[in-house]
Amino acid sequence: MALDENGKRTFNIIGTRPPRPDGIDKVTGRAMYGADATAPGMLTGHILRSPHAHAKIKSIDTSAAEALSGVKAVITSADFGVPEDDYTRDVQDNCMAREKVLYDGHAVAAVAAINAGVAKQALKLIKVEYEILPHVTDVDAAMKPDAPIVLAGYAMDGLPKGMSENVTHHFEFGHGDMDAGFAKADKIVERSFTTAATHQGYIEPHACLATMGGDGKGELWVCTQGHYHVRGVCADILGMDASQLRVTASEIGGGFGGKTTVFIEPVALALARKSGRPVKLVMNREEVFRASGPTVSSSTDVKIGMTKDGRITAAHATLRYQGGAFPSGTVQFGAQSAFAAYDLDAVQTIGWNVMTNRPKEAAYRAPGAPMAIYAVESVVDELCQELGLDPLDVRLKNAARKGTKSAYGPTFDDIGLEATLEAAKAHPHYAAPLGPNQGRGLSCGFWFNFGGNTCVTMNLNFDGTVGITEGNPDIGGSRASISMMAAEELGISYDKVRTIVADTNSLGHNDITDGSRVTFAVGLATIKAAREAIKVMCARAAKIWDIDADAVYWEDGFAKPSGPNAGAFEPMSIEEIAASSPNTGGPIAGHHEVNADGAGVSFGVHLVDLEVDPETGATTVLRYTVFQDAGKAVHPDYVEGQMQGGAVQGIGWALNEEYIYGQDGRLQNPGLLDYRIPVASDLPDIDTVILEIPNPGHPYGVRGVGETPIVPPLAAISNAVSRSIGLRMSALPMSPPKILKALKSKG
Amino acid sequence: MKNIHVSTTVNGDPTEFICAPDESLLDVLRDRLRLTGSKEGCGSGDCGACSVMVDGRLVCSCLVLGAEAEGAKIETIEGMAKGDDLHPLQQHFIDGAALQCGICTPGILVAAKALLEKNPNPTDTEVRYWLAGNLCRCTGYDKIIKAVQAAAAEMRGA
Repeated sequence: MALDENGKRTFNIIGTRPPRPDGIDKVTGRAMYGADATAPGMLTGHILRSPHAHAKIKSIDTSAAEALSGVKAVITSADFGVPEDDYTRDVQDNCMAREKVLYDGHAVAAVAAINAGVAKQALKLIKVEYEILPHVTDVDAAMKPDAPIVLAGYAMDGLPKGMSENVTHHFEFGHGDMDAGFAKADKIVERSFTTAATHQGYIEPHACLATMGGDGKGELWVCTQGHYHVRGVCADILGMDASQLRVTASEIGGGFGGKTTVFIEPVALALARKSGRPVKLVMNREEVFRASGPTVSSSTDVKIGMTKDGRITAAHATLRYQGGAFPSGTVQFGAQSAFAAYDLDAVQTIGWNVMTNRPKEAAYRAPGAPMAIYAVESVVDELCQELGLDPLDVRLKNAARKGTKSAYGPTFDDIGLEATLEAAKAHPHYAAPLGPNQGRGLSCGFWFNFGGNTCVTMNLNFDGTVGITEGNPDIGGSRASISMMAAEELGISYDKVRTIVADTNSLGHNDITDGSRVTFAVGLATIKAAREAIKVMCARAAKIWDIDADAVYWEDGFAKPSGPNAGAFEPMSIEEIAASSPNTGGPIAGHHEVNADGAGVSFGVHLVDLEVDPETGATTVLRYTVFQDAGKAVHPDYVEGQMQGGAVQGIGWALNEEYIYGQDGRLQNPGLLDYRIPVASDLPDIDTVILEIPNPGHPYGVRGVGETPIVPPLAAISNAVSRSIGLRMSALPMSPPKILKALKSKG
Repeated sequence: MKNIHVSTTVNGDPTEFICAPDESLLDVLRDRLRLTGSKEGCGSGDCGACSVMVDGRLVCSCLVLGAEAEGAKIETIEGMAKGDDLHPLQQHFIDGAALQCGICTPGILVAAKALLEKNPNPTDTEVRYWLAGNLCRCTGYDKIIKAVQAAAAEMRGA
């Protein structure tokens, strides 16, 4: 659907800031999240987890647990089949270990009991005999040929000599003559970087309530970003038809990519099936850290050549990501996005994925991009320092723009990077004075944005109000945006529209809420569904007026005759058309199903000022400004909210957050005290500047905005710290002891 | 272990419940009284999603035993609005888009109300330090701080 299809440029509702429809429920405690549901006869499920990073399961004896009074079911991997397709088998094996445990926290058995006390007691009665195996948790160590093999049989085809079988994927992107490019450079900087694994850190732990009747029908209430996906995977694992498993998405207490797969859901369903009773299964925070899906950790080499006036002549990156105990393709996104912000003649990226004895990674907001772009933007900053160039001018000089052949292949259409950089340059932040021990950093960021499979139904009620039925869990105010787009298209007020998220049996398939796709793709389908309903409404008015349907058009909530020749009829309101619909052909609805493309890539630039305390190594963020192209900001409050929230997650990643593994392969900080996410007192205001460069692929010009803002903070903060202390930092997080150590090494 | 009988007041209503000796007040509120507005984000007092008032004191209800509520006055998020009339904090959180997923919102509202009762005119820094025990992963706190200040201004004027 092209931007200009309806020539719509002036908006009545898009761009305003109405209250969100779920606001009152969420400020009064009424909203129902994953752990908030109950069912008659409900049991409590608990999971026994491996204390070892890598071990063979020699035997599991559940007899004592089964014999405990109040225990209604105990399951192990023996209660599941062995799926034929690799993907389903890997997902199932991650939910319940078969033969081997692959990481500290890997599930080995589960119980359902009449209450939590009995369930916990039962877990202690399960006897698991392990044969401990050597383990590996570091990405570079896992690639070495003598590394312990996490899972045999997963090595990539054509595994290069000198690499371990843990290497599962290899990607290459780029174009141009690298040697010629580097030969033209006046200055080349080559540097290696590492980033720690971080967790999405959603405040709501994974939770679900499963029911399975003796008739083979199942019900699942779950906090997830994609209940259709949950249905598909669980039905495959449980050997059910998709139609027999109805999945309802609860309100979701944060996801950021981490709730795009299943961890406990098949286990809860299997316990419900075995016990014949509803089972609620809720992770505690330690389980969330040990056994859900954090992001990858990375090790990266970047080499960039630049002329003395700041033109990049060649750029190369090698990325090594570990994605935990099963194959992961996230490094592909890293290799594609690393140099997306630049218009380059010679560029190459190489990505390797490696398995380790850590939990299988899950998506985390722009998965794969932040760590790649962190390394690239750090080297660009170092070149700017070495050559005495302004870092914004250098980015403007090399910026990708319309017509640029991107480093990952496609040629860009209308994109907002240049406008975003210009906005940053003109902003007072960039000219503000800095004090002692203070530094300023900046970085570009990029995300592809997704479209994907989407269904929307619009129902016109007899009183002229409108119901929108969509199928994507609302993780950041999307029901408000969807209602706004429906109201805009129909020409009615926002409060006449109510948008709900349907269960899997009430609407066709919708892809997961991911890839910043919802406001774009569900919005697009909503607009199309509304246009279909408008066509029907015009036809109904034409029928009443006894004129040709083509002679009626829609404007501001009214059907109108298209001119004097059509007839002199008073405009007919949506309320009148709705009320008369039983007599003109029956209820009126519009719907749209699409596999949406044209999502439109997104760029942002972040500016940060910070101060490093030379005594403690602690970093204080003093000023932060986010500039981002939103295409068209449907509800600017929630666009700003994405920009601010993403920036702060990135600040946490840069300064404090990390998965810390001991020599024993066990996670040492599985709690929110020791895994330190930013708190309110750590931060200044996060200022935002929204740019609106319309996306040609959406009728209102909308682009996804949710993921790009986590990308720039890593390098922006690192560049600011490096400039502040006069030493290039190359490992995240830059927690106080690490900065202190760097300062001491400097002398 | 035998369950304990507890008589208490929850949001102004006389309330009785039985609980296990090791059962947290949060579990009592959520599982026995069906007041699920208080959330468990960590179970260790680090996230503040379970914040409630006990006899006028702001606490993490995951760190209080249900049995300790004997004779106490408990206030939860469910008691903050008076019927359909939202507390100014609740209204400003909606108007100022100070929530995204909303899971931390009940705890933050309870904590912010406790702050404004002690200090009706806090600085931004005071709000930030008071709320440092309430984790939010969606908003970056910016709009939360602004909503608390907008509510504080309205309450001072009223």
